[in-house]
Amino acid sequence: MTSRLFLSAGLLVALAVLAAVPWFASAYVLAVGITILSFTVLTTAWAAFSGPSRYVSLATSAFFGVGVYSVAVAIDYLPLPVVLAIAAAVGFAIALVVGLATLRLSGVYFVIFTFGLAELTKQVMIWYEINQNQTLARIVFVDTSTEQIYWMLLALAVATLVIAWGLRRSRYGFALQVIGEDETVARHSGINTTALKVLSFALTAALMSLAGAMMSLRFTYVDPNTAFNSFVSFQVLIMALLGGVGALFGPLLGVVPLVLLSEYLSGSFPYHFNIVLGICFVLIVFFLPTGVAGLLQGWAHRLTGRAS
Amino acid sequence: MLLFEVLLNGVVLGGMYALLAFGLNLQYGVARIMNLSYGEFLMTSAFAAFWFFTLYSIDPLLSALFSVPLSFVANWLIYRLVLTPLVRRAPNRDALETDSILVTFGILFVIQGTALLNWGGEYRGYTYLAVPVDVFGATIAANRLLASSVAYALGIGAFLVLRYTRVGLALRALAIDPIAAQLVAIDVPKLSGLAFATGGAMIAAAGTLISMFLSFNPSIGVIYTLKALIVMILGGVGSMLGSLVAGLILGVAENLGAYLVDPGLTLAINFAIFLLILLLRPKGLFARG
Amino acid sequence: MSDELLTVDDLAKSFGGLAAVRGISFEVRAGEILGLLGPNGSGKTTVMNLISGEIAADRGRAILAGGDLIGLKPYQINRRRVARTFQLVRVLPNMTVRENIMTGVLFGADPAGRAAGRTAEDLMQRVGLGTLAGQPAGQLTYIEQKRVEMARALATQPKLLLLDEWLAGLNPTELREGMALIEQIRADGVTIVMVEHVMHAIRRLCDRVVVMNAGAKIAEGSPETALADPEVVRAYLGTDDA
Repeated sequence: MTSRLFLSAGLLVALAVLAAVPWFASAYVLAVGITILSFTVLTTAWAAFSGPSRYVSLATSAFFGVGVYSVAVAIDYLPLPVVLAIAAAVGFAIALVVGLATLRLSGVYFVIFTFGLAELTKQVMIWYEINQNQTLARIVFVDTSTEQIYWMLLALAVATLVIAWGLRRSRYGFALQVIGEDETVARHSGINTTALKVLSFALTAALMSLAGAMMSLRFTYVDPNTAFNSFVSFQVLIMALLGGVGALFGPLLGVVPLVLLSEYLSGSFPYHFNIVLGICFVLIVFFLPTGVAGLLQGWAHRLTGRAS
Repeated sequence: MLLFEVLLNGVVLGGMYALLAFGLNLQYGVARIMNLSYGEFLMTSAFAAFWFFTLYSIDPLLSALFSVPLSFVANWLIYRLVLTPLVRRAPNRDALETDSILVTFGILFVIQGTALLNWGGEYRGYTYLAVPVDVFGATIAANRLLASSVAYALGIGAFLVLRYTRVGLALRALAIDPIAAQLVAIDVPKLSGLAFATGGAMIAAAGTLISMFLSFNPSIGVIYTLKALIVMILGGVGSMLGSLVAGLILGVAENLGAYLVDPGLTLAINFAIFLLILLLRPKGLFARG
Repeated sequence: MSDELLTVDDLAKSFGGLAAVRGISFEVRAGEILGLLGPNGSGKTTVMNLISGEIAADRGRAILAGGDLIGLKPYQINRRRVARTFQLVRVLPNMTVRENIMTGVLFGADPAGRAAGRTAEDLMQRVGLGTLAGQPAGQLTYIEQKRVEMARALATQPKLLLLDEWLAGLNPTELREGMALIEQIRADGVTIVMVEHVMHAIRRLCDRVVVMNAGAKIAEGSPETALADPEVVRAYLGTDDA
């Protein structure tokens, strides 16, 4: 019992320290912190669904972009909390539709469709922008300070971790794992696999959209190509696999080094990060004895060992 | 008459859609690799045609003599060096598919990143054979007609090779059951590598052809990979004939859609058709036997 | 007629041109063990798959306690207290034995709350897996995995249990233990339909059998009468050997 107490105390202290960052850090450190928080949300949300269920989603950038655009479109007309709610709702709705359509099919089709979703949303957005505004880009004027954005993202990151933690401990998280191990068994053991997959997918999508919405407050200039960038999906995937999808803080372990690496490279070599990351990823998968799927399985095993 | 022209353009477009899918049929249907970097080779050969034409005034079609073998070799190397170890240690089909998708996803960014680095992000294009041709009263650009004819010829050629040659028979056996194929003395790794490399060559050919009349930048690879995927799945994985029919349907539908709705929504229309058919017939129109 | 638990009425399924099940009808009486027999390819597993909702029927009904199972999803059928095992044993390989069984406990007909753990313990004892609770199911032997599957199915508290060749591939000792377990399950009030090839088990365990061939029912009755039926003999051995 006391170890639990210490752990909770430790987490609260860490949280307090993180919340105080804007007061003692430079603008640059704050910016990096914001990026880390944003990716923490994306990666933890991704791992919460794709980890146990083994349905690998490449649609992260689609939901992130939806969040970005919800703010870009609506912020001039509606107060921020409403806009954030809209972002989450739209992300949820799209994931619901995509999930219902593709989660019934085999895992491969799901990966393919999520891969296409980012491109699809980008195209639709480009078409919409050109037809509505005759230009691709939008200018967004907001008066939220960087500190406020940081705190919003911190709150979102904490909320995401709490949700992910709650899911793991609940029957539904357990059921998602069963689905990932053998979906036929899940079906015949009283688990409504369709509803569970679709709803948890949609929930994580809503969180991703919220992250996009909050990040959008930092950009003054928004266009479909940067908002719906598949590279974000790729980064999230690598971060999750690197840090490990089995442990709650695993994704965080993958986020921090990769964001720092990206910061280091982006100054002098902006396009090289893509290439370097791509090569790294190929090498990682290449040298893993059981491949990526094995990595997902291995983490499941580790999870199991603890639960017994 | 206008409707006929729209339909004819649809048939022409359909041929090119089919061509996009042939290579992927070989890579996924035979070699069993879902290659997300597939479209990058279309992009690179389009750029090759562009540079050959604008820098050295060489006929862009001749650039195929350079791009196609290069793509063949590059894809062969990818299969041998990166994918073969994955194939060897994959415990089951699902694991292999997941791994191959993710690895080729990484390769996508390597190629795309390199292209962006060297050539920048803006769109390029050139005009070649942009003369109007009269076909039964409808007007089509010569370059599109040429591309489409090559597509149909390649499709029929591929079909004939698969149907009537020994190599074709081996490839079909491999597509149905790689383990059984090994039992009848088919060199599975070598043949899979050959299929994968040929797939890469075909998409490179497609790149050279479409560069005659479409503009391109380093980011277009993904769109073409997706279109090829849609055509392939609609027509049934592994079926060249299915790809031809599916390509035709998509081409005509897209042209009608662009005519009736809006040209900017072509990918959305493709996806909508894709989703619809998948919901009704999950295995595609001509499912593999 | 009031003691039938499941009434199968004109159930049929074709795959493309192949008629796997051609309009079969039979009843399963409460508390009995019914054998579903027939040579390979006769459609027995397809019937199991139709009743358990794994595949959709072309026509027909399967009435359980007043409600038709046909058209329901597998999890709904399970919640109506029908459980099954699979021809090729399916366990959750990376999860422990305990967790495998918990799956049934947590999501079956009467999801146990706090009593979940104890229920899983009881079931493990019952099928003889007590000492293996913490082992990953993928590392177990064949017979142990079969027990896990059985326990998981029982954890969902079925009234009707469908066993698809559960006794296949067992040595004589394991067969004896397996048959004893099945009898015990029946004694606890569960009705069982078993697809089986092991003749010895069929004669010992089954109260009645239904024999299929080429998708249709060709005989029904006690094991002795049905298995002596000349058409059944022909179906199993082929016309030339009859």
